[in-house]
Amino acid sequence: MTKEKQPITTNSSVPFPSTAVAAEAAQDDAGIAKEDTAWTQAPEPTPHAADVVTERADAPELDTDRTPKMIADKVSVFYGEKQALRDVSIQVHDDKVTAFIGPSGCGKSTFLRCLNRMNDTIAGARVTGHIELDGEDINSPDMDVVQLRARVGMVFQKPNPFPKSIYENVAYGPRIHGLAEGKADMDAIVEKSLRRAGLWDEVKDRLQESGTALSGGQQQRLCIARAIAVDPEVILMDEPCSALDPIATAKIEELIHELRGRYAIAIVTHNMQQAARVSQRTAFFHLGELIEYGKTKDIFTNPREQRTQDYITGRYG
Amino acid sequence: MTLTFALIAVLLIAAVAGFLGRSRARAVRDGARLNSLPIYHGAYGFLWALVPALLFLAIWSPLQGRLIEDAVLSTPQGQALPAFDMARDAITSEAYEIATGQREAGFNPESTALAPVYQQFINRYGGIGGGFAILLALAGAAWGLTRVRANFRARAGVERWLMGLLIAASMIAILTTLGIVLSLLFETLRFFSMVPASEFLFGTQWSPQMALRADQAGSSGAFGSIPLFWGTIFIGAIIAMIVAIPLGLMSAIFLTQYAPAKVRSVMKPLLEILAGVPTVVYGYFAALTVAPAVRDFGLSLGIPASSESALAAGLVMGIMIIPFVSSMADDSIAAVPQAMRDGSLAMGATRSETIRKVVLPAALPGVVGGVLLAVSRAIGETMIVVMAAGLAANLTANPFDSVTTVTVQIVQLLTGDQEFDSPKTLAAFALGLALFVITLILNLIALTVVRRYREAYE
Repeated sequence: MTKEKQPITTNSSVPFPSTAVAAEAAQDDAGIAKEDTAWTQAPEPTPHAADVVTERADAPELDTDRTPKMIADKVSVFYGEKQALRDVSIQVHDDKVTAFIGPSGCGKSTFLRCLNRMNDTIAGARVTGHIELDGEDINSPDMDVVQLRARVGMVFQKPNPFPKSIYENVAYGPRIHGLAEGKADMDAIVEKSLRRAGLWDEVKDRLQESGTALSGGQQQRLCIARAIAVDPEVILMDEPCSALDPIATAKIEELIHELRGRYAIAIVTHNMQQAARVSQRTAFFHLGELIEYGKTKDIFTNPREQRTQDYITGRYG
Repeated sequence: MTLTFALIAVLLIAAVAGFLGRSRARAVRDGARLNSLPIYHGAYGFLWALVPALLFLAIWSPLQGRLIEDAVLSTPQGQALPAFDMARDAITSEAYEIATGQREAGFNPESTALAPVYQQFINRYGGIGGGFAILLALAGAAWGLTRVRANFRARAGVERWLMGLLIAASMIAILTTLGIVLSLLFETLRFFSMVPASEFLFGTQWSPQMALRADQAGSSGAFGSIPLFWGTIFIGAIIAMIVAIPLGLMSAIFLTQYAPAKVRSVMKPLLEILAGVPTVVYGYFAALTVAPAVRDFGLSLGIPASSESALAAGLVMGIMIIPFVSSMADDSIAAVPQAMRDGSLAMGATRSETIRKVVLPAALPGVVGGVLLAVSRAIGETMIVVMAAGLAANLTANPFDSVTTVTVQIVQLLTGDQEFDSPKTLAAFALGLALFVITLILNLIALTVVRRYREAYE
């Protein structure tokens, strides 16, 4: 993957490295340039952050022409007495990558885990607010959490392949959800998932070997293949590259780029360059609050909030 | 001078050496910077004074008895004793007891006369051994004390001593095991010189009662151990495990995966109490409560049932084994990383699917280890089967019938008076060795299984 310094046209003096991927992403966004203008000409925000967020999340000028895949409205999370997340409102679009950035402990991973109700598995965690997937309330009693998680897949920070063969790792989801009729069908699903995860050529001759014997980067792509295998609509990635070396990271980023369009993707990352490279929408979290949410380009070149500016220029965080 | 006195003297010398070493080191410290703290110099002298002398005493004290006895027997009075082993031993042991003041007078008149001779040799050898131990202690103390210098590395020296002590401690367990195995082995070989090994290993008749007179029925005895091993496996490895594996595993799964912290903190200790119940209590529970109920149940089904049944013993043994299975399974399930569980849950698996397909396979080595440990515990278990399983060596698959186990037969063979050169008694050693070998093989299988199916998740 060629690393090409190519600053995005900007009215700010903040430089950030970009890759071909990001450049391409930027071109994608060019198609909705009109609404870009509308957004940048939005009235100056009031000093109160929560108000700003609410206003922007509901802002009709952002992605007017499509219904968001997932809508989070005033989501708060409590761990026991402690509030980890305060009134977060965000939309995730099905043809875009949404990046959540912010310093450690800012609640971005917590928020991500709300989207497929993984916080249910943590004792003492309580989620308030409203989250919709295709207009359905995911926290309603009618929503089957098992079905929800099949539709909203997740990739974790540390690669966590099951201690089974590569084949069985990918076949795990389809098997529980009964997606395959017979062996040939399952083989096809496994191959398709591994191909989409860019792992097929590396493992096609050793599908029966243990998934844990792969390298870290391969394991993470195996986890992505595993998530893809149940044909989800949304994929959540919780710092998927933080345990990987730069080459493996580049491969995952390339993969995210290829998966975009097929799945709605939300990614938590500590790496701001990564957010800039892979995402079209960026949300900046700080101390459990959503500070700013908008087009990645705008967040990185022309943030409206001083705190965002400080964070992306490395003044804190 | 007795060895007890020598022991006290050695301890005193060591203590003094310790104090002197420390105070000398303190004196040195005033002049120069010490390599080691004064306490290490003290400990160095203490260990040098104590350990060699103690080791010598430990070796000497059993040796001394033999030396004294040999010396006594070689004196004219000793030569005059009856040549027959038992009569002579009775006299010498009485004489020894009189000499050491444990007894006023002997039953045998010779012993009173022999006592002064004993006294003489006890004093002589006690003097030699005790004196040498004290000399060793003094030499050690002198060595330790003369080392005290600013640049002497007493700390490293103490470290080596401690390592040596730790090695010695671990060797004691290993050597004891080895000794037990060897003694079993030799007695077993003696047994096989009287009864052919093939009969013992493959015979299906077990009636070890040797007749007193040659014309009595069953005079030869039968030593086919197959019914015993079948009974052992039937009760310990089949019936008990049918009870213990599901119950233990399910309770471990509940405790680790479903139970809230509060419930767990109450239930886990309660379950572990089950492991602390003396097996004799389980035994009478099995014999008095479970066995009659099982017999009545069997009879109501129209199955021939005896009042001492394999089922009763096996059921109670299974209950006894639950904590073993459960706590091993608990540990290995808890050791499965949360990331693995999250990965499965995030795929839309339910909690029980996650447990069955991800957690249990990953925890399998530990679970198998726990089960095999439980099996070897169960087949070695004695009290429950003695009380509830019966003595009849039946080769039957009817759980309502009475069977007997290896351990029950060992108890039968070795309780009461026995002669140590009859096949009946020696059979117990052969059974013991066979049981030991089976347990060993079980452990080896466990290790192999664990290694083969170990699925690394880090």
